[in-house]
Amino acid sequence: MSNQTDTTSQPMLKSAVQQKVQASLSRRHRQERLFKFTGLTAVMISLALVAMLFINIFSKGLPAFWQTSITLDIYFDPAIIQISEKPVQRADESSNEFRERFLAWQGELGMINFNRLISDSLMQVLPDADQHRRQILRVVTSGERFALRDMVKDDPSIIGQTKRLNLLTDANIDVWLKGNIDRSLPDHQQQLSPVVQKWADDLYASGIIKNRFSFALFMNPDSRSSLASAGLAGAFMGSLFMMLIVMFLAVPMGVAAAIYLEEFAPKNKITDLVEVNINNLAAVPSIVFGLLGAAVFIGWFNLPISAPMVGGLVLSLMTLPTVIIATRSTLKAIPPSIRQAALGLGASKMQTIFHHVLPLAFPGILTASILGVAQALGEAAPLLLIGMKSFVATVPTSPFEQSTALPVQIFLWQGNELRNFFEARTSAAIIVLLTMMISLNGIAIWLRKKFEQRW
Amino acid sequence: MNKITGHYSQSYDSELNEAVDRLLTMGALVEQQLRDAIKAFIKGDRELAQQVIQTDRKVNTYEISIEEHCLEIIARRQPAARDLRLIMGVLKSINDVERVGDQAEHIAKQLLEEDCQRPTDAQLEDIEMMGDKVLHMLQQSLKAFKEMDAALALAVLKQDKLVDNDYGRILRHNLTYMLEDTRQITRGLHLIWVARALERIGDHAQNICEFSIFIAKGKNVSHLTEEEVEAVVDKGKK
Amino acid sequence: MTRDHQDRIQQVQSITETGHSMNQQTELKMKARDVKVYYGNDQAIKGIDMDVVKNEVLAFIGPSGCGKSTFLRCLNRMNDTIDICRVTGTIELDGQNMYDPSLDVVQLRAQVGMVFQKPNPFPKSIYDNIAYGPKLHGLASKKSDLDDIVESSLQKAGLWNEVKDRLDQPGTGLSGGQQQRLCIARTIAVSPEVILMDEPCSALDPIATSIIEELIDELKANFTIVMVTHNMQQAARVSDRTAFFHLGELVEVGATNEVFTNPKHKRTEDYITGRYG
Repeated sequence: MSNQTDTTSQPMLKSAVQQKVQASLSRRHRQERLFKFTGLTAVMISLALVAMLFINIFSKGLPAFWQTSITLDIYFDPAIIQISEKPVQRADESSNEFRERFLAWQGELGMINFNRLISDSLMQVLPDADQHRRQILRVVTSGERFALRDMVKDDPSIIGQTKRLNLLTDANIDVWLKGNIDRSLPDHQQQLSPVVQKWADDLYASGIIKNRFSFALFMNPDSRSSLASAGLAGAFMGSLFMMLIVMFLAVPMGVAAAIYLEEFAPKNKITDLVEVNINNLAAVPSIVFGLLGAAVFIGWFNLPISAPMVGGLVLSLMTLPTVIIATRSTLKAIPPSIRQAALGLGASKMQTIFHHVLPLAFPGILTASILGVAQALGEAAPLLLIGMKSFVATVPTSPFEQSTALPVQIFLWQGNELRNFFEARTSAAIIVLLTMMISLNGIAIWLRKKFEQRW
Repeated sequence: MNKITGHYSQSYDSELNEAVDRLLTMGALVEQQLRDAIKAFIKGDRELAQQVIQTDRKVNTYEISIEEHCLEIIARRQPAARDLRLIMGVLKSINDVERVGDQAEHIAKQLLEEDCQRPTDAQLEDIEMMGDKVLHMLQQSLKAFKEMDAALALAVLKQDKLVDNDYGRILRHNLTYMLEDTRQITRGLHLIWVARALERIGDHAQNICEFSIFIAKGKNVSHLTEEEVEAVVDKGKK
Repeated sequence: MTRDHQDRIQQVQSITETGHSMNQQTELKMKARDVKVYYGNDQAIKGIDMDVVKNEVLAFIGPSGCGKSTFLRCLNRMNDTIDICRVTGTIELDGQNMYDPSLDVVQLRAQVGMVFQKPNPFPKSIYDNIAYGPKLHGLASKKSDLDDIVESSLQKAGLWNEVKDRLDQPGTGLSGGQQQRLCIARTIAVSPEVILMDEPCSALDPIATSIIEELIDELKANFTIVMVTHNMQQAARVSDRTAFFHLGELVEVGATNEVFTNPKHKRTEDYITGRYG
């Protein structure tokens, strides 16, 4: 810059060419600065947007990992839990007979009002509870009675003992205590009655209600009756099953197809057509794959609706073109000199590819696969069309059971009526999904680094 | 003259031309030296003879400068095929040209050492005739080199026989004189030396012609019979 | 007179015609007749006849695109790997037509090895680079045999002393010249009869080039070497015979000293003296 001003002050010394160059210089520099500035601005804007997204999600979602729960001494009152002895399989009994007997016992257990255990216990910590017996069960979320039932089912000897337990409070208490609702609203607009509001504040002040890490979020399936105990376990398992299916279906198929197309397939009209179609498939909106899945897998093959199996198949279809294209470009990038070297030594085409090309392409293929799987993991649209948006209150144990998936769960929670509670829950679910994606990408990067070091 | 052209590098062309040019300049110088030497000997011009002897230093300088020039071409251009043969031919030819100069100097020295009586006119005439032939041979050989004319070179090669005949005749005559009259011995020897020098110059001219054929035809003809050389010269290039 | 005998006489004649001196023990290694190569509709090689004599170094020179590399790649059927490439004519290796459909190209390439323009060691250890070929063809039954092959190959390639202490290190970590010698060692390891070299020194500095040239001179005792080079001086330095290619034709093949001092054809002369024809 200083050079420029120097030379312009002595124009006598310059030739005509230099003068012309000089004249165009400032314009060129201006253009360059403008371009740099535009690029930088674009980068800054996108960075700011990402930061805003993260700040928004984390500020909303992180509190949802902690949830208010109440510490109560529950007396498993034999007077309330009147039940026959837990059946044990006898030697002369067939397993079918035993199961029937056990189911009968479970039915018996189901008749017992475990809520009374909770309300009895609550009355001890709430002196004025007698006057508001109807309200008392609003303190603990309704799902916790099943937790007590399951404790008895697992170990009937607990009857007659007193246990100190942390029970989740009602979702509305969580909202109230975390300040997610405007306390100055008039009573008729509040979710909690004034009595329960006061109880919540008192118990919180006395330390009986505390904000604790929410295992329910991870351990429980979704719930509609007991909102506070709604968790991601079902969706997580669903996603996991689908991921495994994609990994074991789309990845080997995609890689094999890519190797064949890239290395073995003759170059003719048919392979050209296949290639064009693969590229087009990658651009097909994912929801179309959902329609296809609904028609083919559910309509023709009669696979169960909303099962991770079908979801996995649909996502595999969707991921396949991505994996094929990425693998092919990785294979293309392997220098031809390596192939020539192997061929020149007398290796067959197959040996050349498997001994030299694939090991070199492996990190790239791995990355392509993991990114494909990650893409599948984040996809919600096609799953909606094969029924995976239905409410499922159990954790699936096989890919053929009904289930939902993490992105769909996010979609469902986003639409829940209890906004105050589920806004945070939704963000928490997003954080879980993002964490899974980032760790998958992290694994991809780590593996690539690890294998690349070998060469 | 046949300029060397066609290289992608034009400076290479001019370097090769420069080598030939310098050789021809040196050749012209030696030619003049020889002409002067013969003239001085015939006329008994001692001053001219001195001049001939002095010219030899100039010739030697030329030889060295051409050698250096060729060395540089070899080092920098790595000439191949015809170019390589040309450089090789130039390098070897300057050697012969320089020797011609030495012989001319030798002739001049015979005059200066001649303290006895002058040769007879008949004797001088013999020498002059032989000198003319040799001078012509030298001129033609340099021309053949300049034109890269193998046919001309062959013609010059054939002339050497005549020169050899002249030498034989002069030798015989002088031997006869020397046998007849012992006082003639010194003079006879001088004359024989001069004839011998002229005969040598003819051989050098012959060598230069052989190099021209080597450059033009790519075949070394140094020790071939006349017929064989003819066959080489006649063989056209595809 | 049998036909076979006539052929032999013709062979000898063709060798003498092509400049190989008669008194030397000459045995024909390869014989190419009327070889034409097409890339799609373009003809890259327009009918080449050529003989390769055992234990000679034959250099191919010529301007870019003259077909010398294409012809070289015909000699071990590397052109097969190019889909649109078509080769006609016959090329015999020890009397056997290598373009015979019954001949397995894998076997051929074990006999006719190739070294490429850019050093291309496998991204594996030095040991594995050499051992790959012998393993592929099952040349060593025991580990110790394989070790021997690796050592002798590296020794023949003049690389043993430089790498014997780091055989387990990647071959790509060597210098360019060492890498190329590694590639030569790798080729030698399968004991080929002919080694094709496609501009083996074009990516190397002059010192590394000299080392490779010296190596080629040594390898001549055991192998027949056909090399393509862009460097005419290199052809002049290392080869016994030189073939000049131009526009897909073999213009001239002859003893290297002949070609470089007195080429028969004007096109050859123009090329090697640096003239435009």
